[in-house]
Amino acid sequence: METGEIRETIRSFIGGFIRARNFKDSDNIFEAGFINSLFVMQLILFVEKKFSLAVEDSDLNIANFSSVDALSSFVSGKLVNGSSRLH
Amino acid sequence: MNVATDNPPAAQRRRSREFIDRVIGAHAEAFDLEQEVPRGVFDALAREGVLGALVPAEYGGTGLDPLAVGLLCEDMGRASASLLSLITVHTMVSLAIARWGSAAQRTRWLPPLARGETLAAFALTEPDVGSDVKSVATRVERKDGGFVITGTKKWISFGQVAGLFFVVGNCEGKLAAFLVERDTPGLVVEPIANMLGFRAAMLAEVRMNECVVAGDSMVGSLDFGFSQIVGSVLDHGRYCIAWGSVGLAQACLDASLDYSEQRTQFGRALKDHQLVQRMIADMIVNTRAARLLCQDAARARAEGGPDMIIGAAVAKYFSGTIVEKLASDAVQIHGANGCSSSYPVQRYLRDAKIMNIIEGSAQMQQMMIAQHAYQRW
Ligand SMILES: Cc1cc2nc3c(=O)[nH]c(=O)nc-3n(C[C@H](O)[C@H](O)[C@H](O)COP(=O)(O)OP(=O)(O)OC[C@H]3O[C@@H](n4cnc5c(N)ncnc54)[C@H](O)[C@@H]3O)c2cc1C
Repeated sequence: METGEIRETIRSFIGGFIRARNFKDSDNIFEAGFINSLFVMQLILFVEKKFSLAVEDSDLNIANFSSVDALSSFVSGKLVNGSSRLH
Repeated sequence: MNVATDNPPAAQRRRSREFIDRVIGAHAEAFDLEQEVPRGVFDALAREGVLGALVPAEYGGTGLDPLAVGLLCEDMGRASASLLSLITVHTMVSLAIARWGSAAQRTRWLPPLARGETLAAFALTEPDVGSDVKSVATRVERKDGGFVITGTKKWISFGQVAGLFFVVGNCEGKLAAFLVERDTPGLVVEPIANMLGFRAAMLAEVRMNECVVAGDSMVGSLDFGFSQIVGSVLDHGRYCIAWGSVGLAQACLDASLDYSEQRTQFGRALKDHQLVQRMIADMIVNTRAARLLCQDAARARAEGGPDMIIGAAVAKYFSGTIVEKLASDAVQIHGANGCSSSYPVQRYLRDAKIMNIIEGSAQMQQMMIAQHAYQRW
């Protein structure tokens, strides 16, 4: 999947939960108070399913999930790496 | 095969049911009365692969798929709610380690958990903290590369016999999960007896006074300790109790069908009285509806993706609620016999009440289901 497509897919999932019109790809969704703990689980499950990858314990770093930008580069990195396809 | 709706091969299911009925169902009354499960039962469950249900094959487990886990919980719930709770908490901890544990934690703990050499308990609730899980008061401090844990956990299922505790504590203002061994100095286990239901669940209060654990005892990270690690474990717990409630509902229905055929009043079998038929019809419909919601939750889990969490919450809420009514009607149909220890329905009623309290009370599920519907910021 192209980087642009990855970003668009992520943006559309996260954007589906956020009403703020001026929500930007670089906005920190944790700091902006956009999300709750249920959403964190949904986000991780979404990423795993949509991109057929496994989020591992070592990936559970808030920096990987904090914004559309951060998540897009995390997913791109995992896909390039190809080391952790979902079993 | 459609994983969510097709049962595993009938012969396999029958064999598993026969095993559970023989090893657990036949003795469930005695376990309840004595408030204890003999060690041999744990060994038998381990040999059958039940304790390794959530442990991947590479670590010696059976690595069952979501539907198979659900059916196992249904059969357990039908036989004994107390033993259902063993499978629930043991697999919750197995799941946490298999999914989010480090390589060292997986190698250290998964094989003995699958073999049943170590039983695991889930320690979240505290004397002053139940539903409001984010207020956990157990304190965890970093010290000399390890952690020091101080706090009290209450109502811990199989805490009396567990060798490993999955302890949720507050570390640096964030909730995180830690693996704490039973023989850790400072850890004291106090049995709790005479509960209303789940009387053979060998509950305990677990007190930790400055328990020192190694630096690699934390499961996952501090950032996602609560939302992801504890969250996914609780989600699995809800899923198990949802299916287990279906099993208990089925047991209530089976007992009621049998009894209402045998018992005669006013010159006719109870089953021929229309007001009894009404109760039986409601039992059948509610049990089927609950099972369908559980199957739906199984399908969502097998597919993965964000919908699986709410699927389990919906199934748990419905199954946990209908089973209370079913058990109450089962006792009603049995009359005075149903209130005596000669029939199992009195145990079913006591256990059914608990289904709506554990793994998130009915109110917590209602709140979660509604909040999910409004999930927009
Ligand atoms: C047999 C048994 C086994 C258990 N095993 C374990 C175990 O292995 N590990 C573990 O950690 N815990 C265990 N528990 C504890 C269980 O998880 C808790 O009982 C449960 O989370 C509810 O907490 P509580 O009992 O403190 O009730 P509380 O949280 O005090 O709630 C009391 C009542 O108030 C309602 N309520 C609370 N807040 C709200 C609100 N905001 N809105 C509306 N209603 C509300 C609740 O739904 C409930 O009906 C067990 C309990 C039992 C009975």
